Amino acid sequence: MKARHKRGLLIASGVLVLAVAAGLVLSAFQKNLVFFFTPSQVVAREVPVGKPFRIGGMVAERSLQRERDGLTVRFVVTDTVKSVPVQYTGILPDLFKEGQGVVAQGKVGDDGVFVATEVLAKHDENYMPPEAAHAVEQAQNAQKTLIGN
Amino acid sequence: MIPEIGQLALILALLLAIVQGTLPLLGAQRGIRAWMALSRPLAAGQFLFVAIAFLCLAWSFLTSDFSVLNVVNNSNSRLPAHYRIAASWGSHEGSILLWVLMLSLWMQAVSVFSRSLPREVLARVLSVMGLVSVGFLLFLLLTSNPFERLSPPAAEGNDLNPLLQDPGMVAHPPMLYMGYVGFSVAFAFAIAALLGGRLDATWARWSRPWTTAAWCFLTLGILIGSWWAYNELGWGGWWFWDPVENASFMPWLVGTALVHSLAVTEKRGAFRRWTVLLAICAFSLSLLGTFLVRSGVLTSVHAFATDPERGLFILVFLAIVIGGALLLFALRAPQVSGGGRFESISRESFLLANNVLLIVAAGSVLLGTLYPLVLDALSGGQTKISVGPPYFEAVFVPLMSPMVFLMGIGPVARWKQATLPELWTLLRWAFATSLVAAVLVPLVTGGGSWGLRLGLFLAFWILAATVVNIRERIRNFRGAVHERLAMQPRAWWGMILAHLGVAVFIAGVTVVGTYETERDVRMAVGDTVEMGGHVFRFDGTTEATGPNYRAARGTVTVLRDGREVLTLHPEKRTYNASGMAMTEAAISTGVLGDLYVSLGEPIDAQSWSVRVYHKPLVTWIWSGCVLMALGGLLALTDRRYRLRSTRQQRAAAVISPA
Repeated sequence: MKARHKRGLLIASGVLVLAVAAGLVLSAFQKNLVFFFTPSQVVAREVPVGKPFRIGGMVAERSLQRERDGLTVRFVVTDTVKSVPVQYTGILPDLFKEGQGVVAQGKVGDDGVFVATEVLAKHDENYMPPEAAHAVEQAQNAQKTLIGN
Repeated sequence: MIPEIGQLALILALLLAIVQGTLPLLGAQRGIRAWMALSRPLAAGQFLFVAIAFLCLAWSFLTSDFSVLNVVNNSNSRLPAHYRIAASWGSHEGSILLWVLMLSLWMQAVSVFSRSLPREVLARVLSVMGLVSVGFLLFLLLTSNPFERLSPPAAEGNDLNPLLQDPGMVAHPPMLYMGYVGFSVAFAFAIAALLGGRLDATWARWSRPWTTAAWCFLTLGILIGSWWAYNELGWGGWWFWDPVENASFMPWLVGTALVHSLAVTEKRGAFRRWTVLLAICAFSLSLLGTFLVRSGVLTSVHAFATDPERGLFILVFLAIVIGGALLLFALRAPQVSGGGRFESISRESFLLANNVLLIVAAGSVLLGTLYPLVLDALSGGQTKISVGPPYFEAVFVPLMSPMVFLMGIGPVARWKQATLPELWTLLRWAFATSLVAAVLVPLVTGGGSWGLRLGLFLAFWILAATVVNIRERIRNFRGAVHERLAMQPRAWWGMILAHLGVAVFIAGVTVVGTYETERDVRMAVGDTVEMGGHVFRFDGTTEATGPNYRAARGTVTVLRDGREVLTLHPEKRTYNASGMAMTEAAISTGVLGDLYVSLGEPIDAQSWSVRVYHKPLVTWIWSGCVLMALGGLLALTDRRYRLRSTRQQRAAAVISPA
């Protein structure tokens, strides 16, 4: 094979690999991107139906309830303005606490209850998940604007 | 007093680094010997001062000097001594100091082991490393002073984050940083070669052992991190595709490509430009990893309080280093000749294909890691997304599977020119055996997704192809089999071992992914749960106290065929200083699988929520990584490198009397 042909072949196979990779990346992004919403957005029904997403905020004080099976828990996630009831079956992370920040991933049902498949708390006492902080900030800004008007 | 000495030592190290980063480099460009000769004493001096600074910090931690802010924030007088020392790198400041310490250690190693290098090359290499050192020392002194005093001193420290109080904390950061920073040597060699205009097989030979060493450390560092997460996070997972993990995985992928590409450059003189580019990329990704982990842009156990000033500093530094290196590459690379020719079916081309796949895989990980950050920044914080494991699995597996398949072919293919019929004749039995094994094993073990079959096929394929490779390799030698095996160079055995490590790793990942079982259950005293042929009986909890925590200590008895075989003690700890709760899983490790029990929370006076896992072959994952690292270490002890060093000694002996 001539050097020129060989180079052409190399470039063509490189392009092919990249094209396949780009295809994989795009389809994987399309299927697996998880968007983040604030409790206010969930209450306003601005969230995808039947698709998983994340919510973040504070666990409302005295909202944690345990079902009789001992494993299913219910709590309320709030951005200090609006609140969303959350249901989760499983073991909560060590740093999950009422009055502290939390991020949960799952779907919202017709009854407005967010059924979480995963609950993430922070790794450190002094550390607030940025998503949770963001939700509270957004809600409070929105409220300020409302009062201002 | 001690902290001030440490601070002073850092300033002196910075001054030395500035000189080291400039004079020898200029000396090499202009041919001034005296300036070039400065590089080795300067590297030694820098190592000395950085080591003093690090010891001062470790001393402050060990003696619980609560007049140092860093110690107050990350330690406690009740913390066990080994964690007090490990706490020196538990904070942002301390970990950057560790980074600098590792860098000066590598510099010193280069200066000791590379005496035979031409004067110009050594001067340039050490100078480039000196420049990197300048950046990090400035970063330490300007934005993250580890010795900052607190006045008045605190009475007690806030304690090290309980998550970090694990044996993993003692080993993981130093290993990982040795790997990260080790790529700076390959980077410095690449830059030195570009500056000197000499990019040939000799350059690859110098650079190769350093790259392999760094790669070994990085492999071990990642492995320990993964094992730590498995033990400590209480979730039983070994890899989460967390951005921080990705930050260490990307340099590993590119480093793996670099190790292989260097082999081609050394043996065949080909891929020169590509190898240089990989060396630049590997180190750039190490820097990017440091930026991602240390700037606080990521949410994770590794991220500390966000400080925009620090983030900006690293970002600018990153831009200068990567931009500068790539610019130099763009200017100089066209002058480099192509090197050895090879046909489109040859060992070179298989290695090239592997390289491309590794890089594309690293690119897809990079995309998945950075996309949420970029989107967040572009939308002004309005659009927040997360990219989780499903994305990475969907992209990574299809890209890595052909790579692993080629891994079986490459080592048996001839250099320069191979033919497909010849390869088919060599490998057809290996191919058929692994295919049959991949179909038969799931029939016996039950279940059988395509993922399982693919994983098994790839694992068996590497194993079978390696056997073929060994047989082919010794065919042309005389003597008994074991003699012929013993004749082979260690570098070759290193490759065999590392490749077998990949097979073991894939087998572990595949089997755990398919057959692991997990249950969250409510258990009262005396309750049992059955899993993986074992019965777990919960025998209640008792109070226990540790040096700096209190714990509820559970007793879980494991029965097999009605007989008690094992007692596990998972704990739920509450750390005194922080009041933080921690799950300490109890794991029984075995070659065939792990039993893993962790306590959730108390439900009432009698019962707890308990998480029970059966993880078949999970230790194979880490064993595979250990084999890869051992393979690398074995390659490092190859005769070629030792011969070179004895030659060096002889050369030195000849020179010194003169």
